[in-house]
Amino acid sequence: MKYQTQAIAKWYWIAALALFAVQVLAGLVAGYIYVQPNFLSELLPFNIVRMLHSNALIVWLLLGFFGAAYYIIPEESEHEIHSPAIAYFQLILLLVGTLGAVVTYIFNLFPGNPIFGMQGREFLEQPLWVKLGIIVAALAFLYNVTLTVLAGRKTAITNILLLGLWGIAVFFLFSLYNPGNLVLDKVYWWWVVHLWVEGVWELVMASVLAFIMLKLTGVDREVIEKWLYVIVATALFSGVLGTGHHYYWIGAPYYWTWIGSIFSSLEVIPFFAMVLFTFMMVWKGKRNHPNKAALLWALGCSTLAFFGAGVWGFMHTLHPVNYYSHGTQVTAAHGHLAFFGAYVSLNLAIMTYAFPHIFGVKPYNQVLNMVSFWLLSGAMAFMTFVLTFAGAVQTHLQRVMGMSYMEVQDQLALFYWMRLGAGLAVVIGALLFIYAILGPKKEATGLEGAALQPAE
Amino acid sequence: MSELLTKSAARNIFYGGSAFFFAIFIGLVAHTHYYARTTSTDESRLTASVINGKHIWEKHACINCHTILGEGAYFAPELGNVWLRYDGDKDPKSAREALKAWMINQPTGIEGRRQMPKFVFTDKELDDLISFLEWSSTIKTNNWPPNKAG
Ligand code: HEM
Ligand code: HEM
Ligand SMILES: [Fe+2]
Repeated sequence: MKYQTQAIAKWYWIAALALFAVQVLAGLVAGYIYVQPNFLSELLPFNIVRMLHSNALIVWLLLGFFGAAYYIIPEESEHEIHSPAIAYFQLILLLVGTLGAVVTYIFNLFPGNPIFGMQGREFLEQPLWVKLGIIVAALAFLYNVTLTVLAGRKTAITNILLLGLWGIAVFFLFSLYNPGNLVLDKVYWWWVVHLWVEGVWELVMASVLAFIMLKLTGVDREVIEKWLYVIVATALFSGVLGTGHHYYWIGAPYYWTWIGSIFSSLEVIPFFAMVLFTFMMVWKGKRNHPNKAALLWALGCSTLAFFGAGVWGFMHTLHPVNYYSHGTQVTAAHGHLAFFGAYVSLNLAIMTYAFPHIFGVKPYNQVLNMVSFWLLSGAMAFMTFVLTFAGAVQTHLQRVMGMSYMEVQDQLALFYWMRLGAGLAVVIGALLFIYAILGPKKEATGLEGAALQPAE
Repeated sequence: MSELLTKSAARNIFYGGSAFFFAIFIGLVAHTHYYARTTSTDESRLTASVINGKHIWEKHACINCHTILGEGAYFAPELGNVWLRYDGDKDPKSAREALKAWMINQPTGIEGRRQMPKFVFTDKELDDLISFLEWSSTIKTNNWPPNKAG
């Protein structure tokens, strides 16, 4: 670690990992309710468990991004973070908001209250006061990192990272707009959800991957940054109009079936470009970096994102297909591998790379970490396959044959049991990862040597 | 990557192109907004009762079990067309009674069957909720879902 303030990332990532554990445990409970529907049905119904699962996911991924920004920006701008105090204030604000949301959901506090009550739109359930807290935290963050970047060296990596983080904050503002007309509600709901994961989050993903490649492979900055611009250009050119793939059946005009199909198909390109980019940099790179686990996660990230977002996304994005598969387990299958491949793996990659530097030791627990990679990736892939089969059967029976929803679900029990098994493996993998990062450091000897310092 | 494309050219293409596509997107969404208010929905029937029904829908996080117009959770049936499944277009009065009776009787507690949570609704709240579902069933959705099963 070259700059003291890079250590701010540590607390963000510890909080993120704690919520990662909460997320997968809630997922396991949700998966269990699918096969044993009376479980907790009065105490903690499925909808609450699902909120915990999805909200914990989103918050921990964002905490991970913030951590990544605090780690990367000082090193890239060659300048300490403007104000560590603001950074810690921001973290506390986010944690108080998270705790507030969880307590509100579980105990059903202030139902219907416009400020303190849960807001009940998928993924955006946080009470208004929590949303406002998130916005204040985001503003504090943007102020802090923008000043840092302006005071220091400006690189393409920091430019794109900042643009992505500004975009996250700007599009989140649409979560405050909830019109009474359901169609309008949905049109702008996607400005948060789609323009995040298939827009500005991709900017974060590409820039963090670029940083990791720069450090691990030692390829020339010029080459890496040119790739970065090409990747993010293809991401936004396709992803913005690609929002149309959510406007097919919600009361929007018919032209979206064409615009959405064409542009969202092109969204595969940036994900494929990220695979090419990471593999080519490793191929070209002369550096033999000792942190093999970080490299594995980075390559795994681009590859699994390509399959989860690119291939599984394309599978149901053309409107004649989506007409039948819309809102079935096919969507759940895609959502799982896309989020895991792109954003979970990205966070775990940068953490695996950075934690040894933060602790000032050589890469440690590499084998354990790599085992957790294979366990997590294998289990998520398996979960995706079984949900895809479930979704294909569901689509056929329900959408083509017209069999009723509940009858169809009875036919899918076997797949849900297999999903539960995969979920158990995911939980074990997640705990293993956390242990590998934060547990005792077996091979960790000495301060980081000169060999680990990237020579740019 | 070849020498044909310099880094600063790539950067300019990125910023310029993104602004271009975003501008088109905003234009189309502005038209979509207008279309939603005038063509695909009937705002004259978007009464206070329907809007209140939407709030009740949100207050109970129904979306985290059900889908509506295909969006939401996949644990319970699609509700964008539940009004039509209950033949509300033909006999609105009986459909309303049947839906009310259904919701009051949850959870069933039947072993091995997915359960709805125990909600406490006043009669007016139930009416508003059903008005919201009725209104939702009139949205012009490019003929989705493919059939009544939703
Ligand atoms: C990392 C990037 C991505 C993530 C995290 C992601 C995640 C998701 C999630 C969670 C949903 C479900 C939303 C809901 O609750 O209704 C969804 C829906 C969808 N995604 Fe993605 N996605 C990504 C990229 C893509 C790409 C690149 C494509 C197309 C090539 C795509 C195509 C779709 C489609 C068509 C739907 C709608 C499914 C339906 O009709 O039910 N996604 N995505
Ligand atoms: C890191 C791993 C995971 C990620 C990124 C993740 C992500 C998500 C997302 C985005 C959704 C919303 C689905 C949608 O609307 O499309 C979801 C729902 C769900 N997840 Fe996960 N999940 C993970 C692990 C798990 C695990 C381990 C289980 C346990 C078996 C699980 C079970 C579920 C269930 C049951 C739902 C609800 C689906 C429904 O609405 O019917 N997830 N998850
Ligand atoms: Fe999308």
